[in-house]
Amino acid sequence: MSAINLRLGAFAAALALLAATSSGAFAQKKYDTGASDTEIKIGNIMPYSGPASAYGVIGKTEEAYFRKINAEGGINGRKINFVSYDDAYSPPKTVEQVRKLVESDEVLLVFNSLGTPPNTAIQKYLNSKKVPQLFVATGATKWNDPKEFPWTMGWQPNYQSESQIYAKYILKNYPNAKIGILYQNDDYGKDYLKGFKDGLGAKAASMIVLEESYEVSQPTIDSHIVKLKSSGADVFFNITTPKFAAQAIKKNMEIGWKPVHFLNNVSASIGSVMKPAGFENGQDIISSQYFKDPTDAQWKNDAAMKAWNEFLDKYYPEANRADASVMYAYIVAQGLVHVLKACGDDLTRANVMKQAASIKDLELSGLLPGVKVNTSATDFAPLSQLQLIRFKGENWERFGEILSGDVGG
Amino acid sequence: MSVAAEDTVTEAPAVEAVPKRAMTLGTGTSLVILAALLVTPVFVKNFVVFQMTMVMIYGIAVLALNILTGGSGQFSLGQSAFYALGAYTSAVLMENFNVNYALTLPIAGLVSFGAGYLFGKPALRLSGIYLALATFALAVAMPQLLKLHFLEHWTGGVQGLTVMKPDAPFGLPIGQDKWLYYFTLAISVAIYVGSVNLLRSRSGRAFMSIRDNEIAASAMGVDVAQYKTLAFGVSAGITGIAGGLSAIVVAFVAPDSYTINLAIALFLGMVVGGVGWLPGSFVGAAFIIFVPNIAESISKGLSGAVFGVLLFIVIFLVPHGARQVAIVAQQMLGKFKN
Repeated sequence: MSAINLRLGAFAAALALLAATSSGAFAQKKYDTGASDTEIKIGNIMPYSGPASAYGVIGKTEEAYFRKINAEGGINGRKINFVSYDDAYSPPKTVEQVRKLVESDEVLLVFNSLGTPPNTAIQKYLNSKKVPQLFVATGATKWNDPKEFPWTMGWQPNYQSESQIYAKYILKNYPNAKIGILYQNDDYGKDYLKGFKDGLGAKAASMIVLEESYEVSQPTIDSHIVKLKSSGADVFFNITTPKFAAQAIKKNMEIGWKPVHFLNNVSASIGSVMKPAGFENGQDIISSQYFKDPTDAQWKNDAAMKAWNEFLDKYYPEANRADASVMYAYIVAQGLVHVLKACGDDLTRANVMKQAASIKDLELSGLLPGVKVNTSATDFAPLSQLQLIRFKGENWERFGEILSGDVGG
Repeated sequence: MSVAAEDTVTEAPAVEAVPKRAMTLGTGTSLVILAALLVTPVFVKNFVVFQMTMVMIYGIAVLALNILTGGSGQFSLGQSAFYALGAYTSAVLMENFNVNYALTLPIAGLVSFGAGYLFGKPALRLSGIYLALATFALAVAMPQLLKLHFLEHWTGGVQGLTVMKPDAPFGLPIGQDKWLYYFTLAISVAIYVGSVNLLRSRSGRAFMSIRDNEIAASAMGVDVAQYKTLAFGVSAGITGIAGGLSAIVVAFVAPDSYTINLAIALFLGMVVGGVGWLPGSFVGAAFIIFVPNIAESISKGLSGAVFGVLLFIVIFLVPHGARQVAIVAQQMLGKFKN
């Protein structure tokens, strides 16, 4: 008798629970184009060919990561369908591909499209169509502009906030410095330069003794280094991409110029810069980081690094593990998964932006300890923290606190 | 050794003589194609309309190259420079001086014509592959010139310029894409008809006589220098109009859009379409827009290699490009009628 009662009771309770959850779920399920009960369609544009094709690995890593997510059951039961197209880093092609993604493939959002000119070309279009342009893969400062472009959001710490951090450090520790700057003559170099000057403020004019620029097509930057040395600068801000950064470090040593050397984060890779330049030549160089350099031996037994290696073994075995882009993609893909999970069953474009703009202290596997993702309705710069690092022996040594410098676009 | 090299340059023009009647399609065929182009946008998605607009724009640029190479026998790898010049002229006028988009096109054409004419003057001393090299230098230099510091106020430097996309005028009930499609179609038809007439005119005959044999042409009283420069200028001007159109349709210009890759793509389009066959320009343009997409869908990692293989197959099977396909089709139709 009591057993039957108990069973009945349990049955009724189960029924009630079932009814509650199913009706609740039913009421909440909302979809925009590109999302359904079984699938979330994500668009992406990468330079798989052309001058910036080295960054194509970002798209490949993301594709591998979403395969892993799908193999583990997807996001709230939905599989990610990742559609990635090649634009060869040519803006007209980017426009064509983004229209294909939105109008023909009908994706829910465009994620992590790469490069400043390609993203600029599609920004107005995506905002007028109200399609999220989420976590763009460029360090330019202008993506943090929620008022003008509420459907566009950046991702990595932008160039200006990074160089402001160096500027503040110089003002504090070397107030009488004579600064020489070498920068690449393009949007990336100029963005860094602007942030640096803004950071120095009124003292910029008196502290900077020489600004040298080089073209990315130049074979060597030796002559610029010689000129910088003869300017009498004792602080060197090195805004160069990996190949040139390695050349500069080597050349400094050759001609015996030993300024306090600040190297931009773009080239803070051990595998592609410090090792080819020679470890002995790179001692005491100061730079900054926000994620773990996979070629840095200090992370060898780190849990995040082990997880990263396991993921690559299983889903992307041919990846070059010395390539920082692979780690970059691994982290940003986790960021997207977090946003989609937070959306729950309300997979509308508006909710995607809402969830992306309400991330609080999110820690992702691969970020430096203490670096967190934060956004708000007025802050569309998810990562804005960095830590200063100094090269010692064969590793980067982190020093000082986690610094942040939010700059809007 | 050097003698042999010179021989090939002077004696074996890669451009074979195309009789002028064979340069165009028949009137009936042209009208059918035009009618098809007029109605298609009603049935397809806006995205496809945009792609077709881009095909026409590249088609105009390839046509311009075709007048230069197929018409007057000169090579150019510098068309991307004139395309960029036209695009920037339109974009700067629209954004900084609030000029109506339609009015910027003739200005873009004139500026590019002027630049082409001036460049053509000294470049005339060069012929064949040497001219191709000189124009190649122009194409390589252009993106960097656009980044120059003192121009940055107008050009936006490396960041480029975003342009407002125009709406249909007079409150016409069609979207931006469809309006720009018809706008581009009208300009394409005008340029196509104009080019056909140009090649059939006295100047066109002068171009072709220079292409076929320079010495004979000058013996017959053709001012070789004058007509070569003119061909260069006309070609540059038309390319400039195509560039201006692209700025309006893409709504963005940046130095990265106009690299040497664009010049090579245009050259490729001309070869695939059939050198000297004007309608082929649009087939060639479709090739350079769609085939990379096909290659990518076959293999993402090897898209460049797949594209190469596809290109190789086309050149191997139909070395004269779309013209050859058209001729074969015509012959088969003829048999069918009999």
